[in-house]
Amino acid sequence: MPTKIAPLARKSLQSEVRVIDTEPYYEACGNEITLFEAAYASTLPVLLKGPTGCGKTRFIEHMAWKLKRPLVTVSCHDDLTAADLVGRYLITSNETVWVDGPLAHAVRAGAICYLDEVVEARRDTTVVIHPLADDRRILPMEKHGELLRAPPEFLLAMSYNPGYQSVLKELKQSTRQRFVAIDFRYPDAALEEKIIRTESKAGSATAAALVRLAQMTRNLKGNGLDEGASTRLLVHAAKLIVRGITPAAACHSAIAEALSDDPEMLRAVDEFISSVF
Amino acid sequence: MTAPLFTEAELYKQLDYLLGPVLSSRRTAAPLASRLAPLPRMQQDFVLHWIEVIARSNYEMAYQFTAAAPAAYARLDPTAIDAWIIQAMDTYDREGLHRGSQIFRQIESWTPIAAGTQVATFEEHAAVLELFVCGLAGRRLKLDTAGEPWTDTETLYLPTHIGTLPTKAENFNIYKILATLLWAQGRYGTFHADLAAACGTYNDPQRASALLSHLESLRLEARIARVLPGIARDMARLRGGSVDRRCAALNAPDASVHDSLQLLAKFYGIMDAPRLAYRTALRTETVSVRDARIKREQGELAAALAELAQAHDAGTKPAPETLERFRINAAATNTDDGLDFELRLDGAPVAPPGKVTQLIESILQDLGGIPDDYLHGANLPPEAHAGEDEHADARKEHEDGVHLYNEWDHRRRHYRKNWCSLRELDISPASGSFVEDTLRKYRPQVSQLKRTFEMLRGEDKVLKRQAVGDDIDFDTLVAAYADLKTGHELADRLLTRRSRNERDLAALFMVDMSGSTRGWINDAEREALVMLCEALEVLGDRYAIYGFSGLTRKRCEIYRIKRFDEPYDDMVKQRIAGITPQDYTRMGAAIRHLTGILNAVDARTKLLITLSDGKPDDYSDQYRGEYGIEDTRQALLEAHRSGVKPFCITIDHEARDYLSHLYGPVSWTLVDDVKRLPLKVADIYRRLTA
Repeated sequence: MPTKIAPLARKSLQSEVRVIDTEPYYEACGNEITLFEAAYASTLPVLLKGPTGCGKTRFIEHMAWKLKRPLVTVSCHDDLTAADLVGRYLITSNETVWVDGPLAHAVRAGAICYLDEVVEARRDTTVVIHPLADDRRILPMEKHGELLRAPPEFLLAMSYNPGYQSVLKELKQSTRQRFVAIDFRYPDAALEEKIIRTESKAGSATAAALVRLAQMTRNLKGNGLDEGASTRLLVHAAKLIVRGITPAAACHSAIAEALSDDPEMLRAVDEFISSVF
Repeated sequence: MTAPLFTEAELYKQLDYLLGPVLSSRRTAAPLASRLAPLPRMQQDFVLHWIEVIARSNYEMAYQFTAAAPAAYARLDPTAIDAWIIQAMDTYDREGLHRGSQIFRQIESWTPIAAGTQVATFEEHAAVLELFVCGLAGRRLKLDTAGEPWTDTETLYLPTHIGTLPTKAENFNIYKILATLLWAQGRYGTFHADLAAACGTYNDPQRASALLSHLESLRLEARIARVLPGIARDMARLRGGSVDRRCAALNAPDASVHDSLQLLAKFYGIMDAPRLAYRTALRTETVSVRDARIKREQGELAAALAELAQAHDAGTKPAPETLERFRINAAATNTDDGLDFELRLDGAPVAPPGKVTQLIESILQDLGGIPDDYLHGANLPPEAHAGEDEHADARKEHEDGVHLYNEWDHRRRHYRKNWCSLRELDISPASGSFVEDTLRKYRPQVSQLKRTFEMLRGEDKVLKRQAVGDDIDFDTLVAAYADLKTGHELADRLLTRRSRNERDLAALFMVDMSGSTRGWINDAEREALVMLCEALEVLGDRYAIYGFSGLTRKRCEIYRIKRFDEPYDDMVKQRIAGITPQDYTRMGAAIRHLTGILNAVDARTKLLITLSDGKPDDYSDQYRGEYGIEDTRQALLEAHRSGVKPFCITIDHEARDYLSHLYGPVSWTLVDDVKRLPLKVADIYRRLTA
């Protein structure tokens, strides 16, 4: 008698679907919220550009909450294929079962599908993105013999960090020109301070010092650092400080060591730290 | 076991040999030998080693060093001795034998730091300080050494060594304070007043200047305290006690250099500058450097704004009064944190490009505001007309081996047809052992480089869906089984195979062979190429190397060093060794030609990597400046459109000003230390293609 294979739970590929009930904290830096809403209303796909840790993912969560749509997040990696997005047949005891991939699931559910760091995915994934991202708004599921038409509630969004220097990780024109692109930068000083305070419950003096520290490291971008300290790193440092770690130790671990391995650069960042606190 | 001491006779013999050229019958090595004889062997070795090193620069300096060394050992600790020698040799390099040997003779000036203190030297901390200042200022400021700390607002001059406090860390702290203070002088408007004139009215201008400098440092300390409390704490600790109550006005958030000048008038003759561990000087030279910059930046701002207006209008109509349409609203309060301003064009706010922002910030720092006349009637440089006769024999020289290329004239916004004649030449191979020497010099680094590149190459990938392979691809099998069940055909590609990651990549290196690379830049370039070839051989990427140079548009030259189809053999090695600086940098034609070569190669990713030491330039004035930059930019855009990815590795410190415009913000890298170029180029390539 053949051994029975336990049926695969259909949920296994859909674990990233989330309905966000409570408002994720987000501070608008510019007109990104109105832009996004307008793009959503016009069923245009959205590309979020910006350095790491500046709030792209948080923004999309906030928008999903605001628009009251479920959010499907796919973190792209270099082995992510088109089948991983669309879906595939699986076998249960002597029968085949089609399981939707996250993208197909999002289309069916009229969700927001967010492809995080899309340049990391394999090139063939763009094939399924393209017809979905222009005015056809369809997802061909070749294997399943189905042509999914996206409902107006569905939105495709992806993120991309233009700061990478690798020539192999560039977004093709044919892909990027299908999207409404929203540029994200680090928030200005006052806003960044507020974000740190809200996220970490740190005092305003600490937050102000952290923002100044970040500014100094951002000044070194291109002068030995690939990126300056992101807002996310600042929040990390602030959280450690709130827990009673000394500012110097917290910033060294959460910021300096996270930015660089170069001993000279580490020393320079440590000097910044001892200067602003 | 320690080696026995050198005897006086042995020392005599060695010194006689080392210092021979400056010895005579009246000036023998005997007294030197007798004074060196009692020193421990380690110190004797140290002195002999340095005599040899110094004698390579100058024999007299070596003699002076030998004469002073025993006294130095009696008074100074080893770190201080190092610093003492380095300072003397630096001074010799800069100011000659007389001043250099003076440093060797004046050991007394070093004594106060000798008593058990650990000296911090400029040399060991310069790199960190440079990063530190760059972080503060947002742009690179040069650091250099001088007798007393001062700044001309572009370079911060710091002492060669600091030994005021007992430990290295504390002495480094003084460096940090000095650097911050000098930066703050420029940032918080110390030079907004004519300090030389102000001090000149007192009967002892020097004394006035010293007191003013002290008052300014109190004012700046208050400013610094608001932004960098850590540093202000250190300053207060070193100053000791509280600030003189008479100077309280300087603590006000809006205190300016004029408040300091008022206090100077009040206290001149009554109060003197205390001797602090961190004293800076104010010098008159600052004014000229600052004035030159102000003038330069006024012109640059006018040009940049005109360009902005043109881009804004997108060529609808030429507007003569472009500048008058701009408004700059600088924030009323020049806050401690940043310089806020808003740029408006025709009443609507516009986002200024990076360069304009930087210029306006720099002007705000210098002048505290944007003067009205910056935006009124400033004359733009008149449109220069082409100096060369464009109808002349552009098409005539269609000889064998000559390629004709168009050149972009940004003023006319179109190409000059067949404007540049370019020839491909061979480099004459150099005999000798340059490549072997380089490999020997960098042996440890080469093997490390090879290892990192092997890792890049050795990235095994499991290929799925293979017809032939060594394991079952379960994902595909399941899918295929499912297909079969649903009535589809059974796929035959059901295996996996491990395979080396195919890097379908071709890189062409374009090496600057202009005259400006003469000397060590050329050496560094050649060494970099050797290291690169070693690394690329491991990796197996296809690559070619060409040099470029030129003298006017009629003689653009491309030198073949390694073609794509050539192996890295002795011939190529000799050509690398044979790279010699030629003439100028007419880059446009070279880029167009090499793009053609690169496009003939069948590869998915094609990289054109330029190794350069400066901006495009040519003998005729016309190519210099904007014209050359715009032509190069156009050539790079053409390359980009044809599927080639350009990238630039430069050693030019000014590169920030123009390379972003040429290559885009992320497609270039600055290697700021030429010495590190050989090690960096291969590394950058690895990062670029990882």
